[in-house]
Amino acid sequence: MSEPVEAKNKTKTIEDAKAGAALPALGLKGMLRWAWTQLTSMRTALFLLLLLAVAAVPGSLFPQRPANPAVVTQYIKDHPDYGKILDAVQLYDVYSSAWFSAIYLLLFISLIGCVTPRAIAHYKAMRSQPPRTPKRLSRLPEYGTLVVPADAGIPASRAITDAAALLRKRGYRVEVRDADGERPSLGAERGFLKEVGNLVFHTSLIGVLVSVAIGGLFGYSGQRILVEGDTFVNTLVGYDQFSPGTNFQSSWLQPYSIQLDKFDVKFDRESPAHFGQPIDFTAQVTTKENPGAPAEKKVLKVNDPVTLGGTSIYLTGNGYAPVITVRDGKGNVALQGPVVAKLQGDNYYSSVVIKVPDAKPEQLGFAGFFLPTAFVTEQGVSFSGDPELINPQLSLNSYYGDLGLDKGTPQNVFELDVKNLTQLNGRDLPAKGITLVPGKTYTLPDGKGSISFDGVKKYVGVDIHHNPGQVSALFFALLAVAGLVVSLYLNRRRVWVRTGTHDDGRTMVEYGLLARGEDHRLAGESAAIRELFQREWQLAPSAPETSDTVASTNTKDQ
Amino acid sequence: MLFSINETMGQYSELFMLLAAGTYTVAFVAFAWDLAKSSKTLRAVDLKAAAAAKVPVSAGRVGASEVGGPAGHAERPTSGPTFAGGTAAGDMRYAAERRAPARVAVALSILGVLIHAAGVVTRALGAGRVPWGNMYEFLTTGAFVAVAVFLLALIRRDLRFLGTFVIGLAVIMLVAASVAYWTPVGHLVPALQSYWLVIHVSIAVLSSALFTLTFAMSALQLVQSHRQKTLAAGGTDKLGFMRLVPDALSLENLSYRINTVAFVGWTFTLMFGAIWAEKAWGRFWGWDTKEVWTFVIWVVYAGYLHARATRGWTGTRAAWLSIVGYLCVIFNFTIVNQFFNGLHSYSGLS
Ligand code: HEM
Repeated sequence: MSEPVEAKNKTKTIEDAKAGAALPALGLKGMLRWAWTQLTSMRTALFLLLLLAVAAVPGSLFPQRPANPAVVTQYIKDHPDYGKILDAVQLYDVYSSAWFSAIYLLLFISLIGCVTPRAIAHYKAMRSQPPRTPKRLSRLPEYGTLVVPADAGIPASRAITDAAALLRKRGYRVEVRDADGERPSLGAERGFLKEVGNLVFHTSLIGVLVSVAIGGLFGYSGQRILVEGDTFVNTLVGYDQFSPGTNFQSSWLQPYSIQLDKFDVKFDRESPAHFGQPIDFTAQVTTKENPGAPAEKKVLKVNDPVTLGGTSIYLTGNGYAPVITVRDGKGNVALQGPVVAKLQGDNYYSSVVIKVPDAKPEQLGFAGFFLPTAFVTEQGVSFSGDPELINPQLSLNSYYGDLGLDKGTPQNVFELDVKNLTQLNGRDLPAKGITLVPGKTYTLPDGKGSISFDGVKKYVGVDIHHNPGQVSALFFALLAVAGLVVSLYLNRRRVWVRTGTHDDGRTMVEYGLLARGEDHRLAGESAAIRELFQREWQLAPSAPETSDTVASTNTKDQ
Repeated sequence: MLFSINETMGQYSELFMLLAAGTYTVAFVAFAWDLAKSSKTLRAVDLKAAAAAKVPVSAGRVGASEVGGPAGHAERPTSGPTFAGGTAAGDMRYAAERRAPARVAVALSILGVLIHAAGVVTRALGAGRVPWGNMYEFLTTGAFVAVAVFLLALIRRDLRFLGTFVIGLAVIMLVAASVAYWTPVGHLVPALQSYWLVIHVSIAVLSSALFTLTFAMSALQLVQSHRQKTLAAGGTDKLGFMRLVPDALSLENLSYRINTVAFVGWTFTLMFGAIWAEKAWGRFWGWDTKEVWTFVIWVVYAGYLHARATRGWTGTRAAWLSIVGYLCVIFNFTIVNQFFNGLHSYSGLS
């Protein structure tokens, strides 16, 4: 529907351009107007849409920084030849890149430029009367005539008011013309909502975009690992990792707390192919809306977050946390508690890193593996035979020296930097590696201290999200779908009827239908209207004069 | 809460799938035979009629020019040459001629789809859940929906000319499922245990089935459009079987209508996916690979709908967009599911 407007504008712009050539002062204005008509044309919209589709693809081919920064760093390392070049053209940040943003911003500007004039035009169309009756109705894609016998007592004027009433009942807006003249006629129109639906759809897309932007500006998210018994308090220091939105202020955090009481995993013991695969995770938690509020018991599951203090808390990971006690060379307890083991392989085969900065006289470090059900192959390779704690075992190497924690540079808790450390235990050393089962203690060589394996707890990883744009994004998305459906399945139609009296007293009725845009049911509508007329005037059903009913009819008026 | 696995049911299901594939194969042959034979018969009938009446070959059959497109929107490449004859009726209603092979093919397809239904249902019973939790199940259930949608469409319209394509594709899907993606019945991983799996995936599969139909129609549209031009220019008809297929413009119009339905379905797929992602991972959109491709498909089909209203883009170009959109659907389903790392790694093929 924007086409005629566009076509008109185009000829106008050519004139403008010509004028511009003659009058340099108009040049800039002409150029700008030309650019604007170009940008808001259907062809540009189509081009930008297709470009958007193409531009989204590389984000699925290359690792993306927002999803996983570590993978990107590794990828650049692994591809020294072109890894950096890809970075320079923002291929690791596709969806926040300058070029991707440019495409969708242009698309939305084009959208606004397209929707606004259409909305105004449609508003006017909705307030104006149906267009005047065409001279020759028989030229319309749907056309038919009816003859009312003279003895029926229905003159032309009566026939037109009857027809008007029938069409009004059918949802048409009707205007009767020349009601008392020789050839009274009516124009009727329905389906204005189709265009409204289209406008609502396109406008809602802007709403979705704005909502997403709001989420990015004012939202935040973070992660935290909780061992059974741990409590998380919603403050900045409570998070292991925190990503604030662009405009985030820490005062927005409501200091609620959530304690992990118990975590259960159910494993598949039925199907041979998936034996040992986890099939259910359930975390029992105790929450408090704020420090003074009463405690509440809740259940946290995958696909079933807990909402608290304006945030949602999701269960995203889990594993085992062996509880250990480390004594230092002086015999004092330098570390006691659960150590989070990071999943590495099948059946909860996990890596363990223990840093003991408080050990004296020298700091201690341990690195190795935790196996819930330890098996050792003949080659001496250990693996985990089952995800449950059937034969839990810790195998560790130990180190002493400077852990490098005091320098203030941030360190990965899951990695031990052995640069300034001396190894004490290891497969290749005389003291060999440390192998511990629960309840056992190992004494380190050279009087460096000891390590005890006290037991095993479970831990969960939770993601905490706050997105203030979410509800409105959903609202606009639903609105968009509603608009889309209305726009696609409603039809805008016009009907004209003209009546007249024959010399012999019979009343002639002719009618024609026209659709705006695609309308494959116009023939059906025509038949339905014919039937209404026939019933009203008690005529015998007969086929309309136009022989072919055409499957799909589209005509652009004016 | 979790039903237990029933292996025997699972084995019955696999047997049904193989039987269905076998039945479809015979149906496929019958459809192909129909294309070869009926087009020849039609040609003979047409020629006889022409000889008798000395009128252009196509009298009685609907010529392309009669059926409008979104007029005024565009020059219409497919309708350009006024063309008469050599195609099936544009309204795609059942005609009077009896096509015995086509009837056999449809009957076999119905038999096949019933067996297939049994396969899908026993799979669901065996696993105690909806039968779409891994690649094997997406394929077997997807093929079932595609055939079922096709057969349902046959009630209203004579789309039997699509039979070779749809049934052939169903055979390929079933064979690929059994050979390359076979997975025994099992429980769902926790990430998939949600009623959103039922809603989101069922709509995705349904939309994909519709996109399959429109893909076939768009491909035929391109061929028919080319053929019509050749014939209109007085060329010889090298693709005789295409006379069973309606004219390009009718194909375009019907596939547009089906595409609008599928597009609405895909919009829901996207939205429900986002809602589910919010429930599972705490963000409704994160440009995960699967999300990227769902988005790309949506935008391509939005482009298609636009093309139908853009000067110079209806007809052949729109058909290409519909084809590209479908290729993205296939890519999303095969390559992305298996080789791209993302949160959606539940192909069941670890
Ligand atoms: C965010 C990008 C856009 C998307 C996803 C989009 C999507 C769609 C869809 C799905 C339709 C078909 C359904 C309907 O008629 O409501 C449509 C129709 C339409 N769009 Fe867009 N659109 C976008 C941008 C634009 C822009 C920038 C323009 C203007 C230049 C535009 C103009 C139109 C027009 C005129 C129609 C009606 C076509 C007809 O008469 O059949 N759209 N759009």
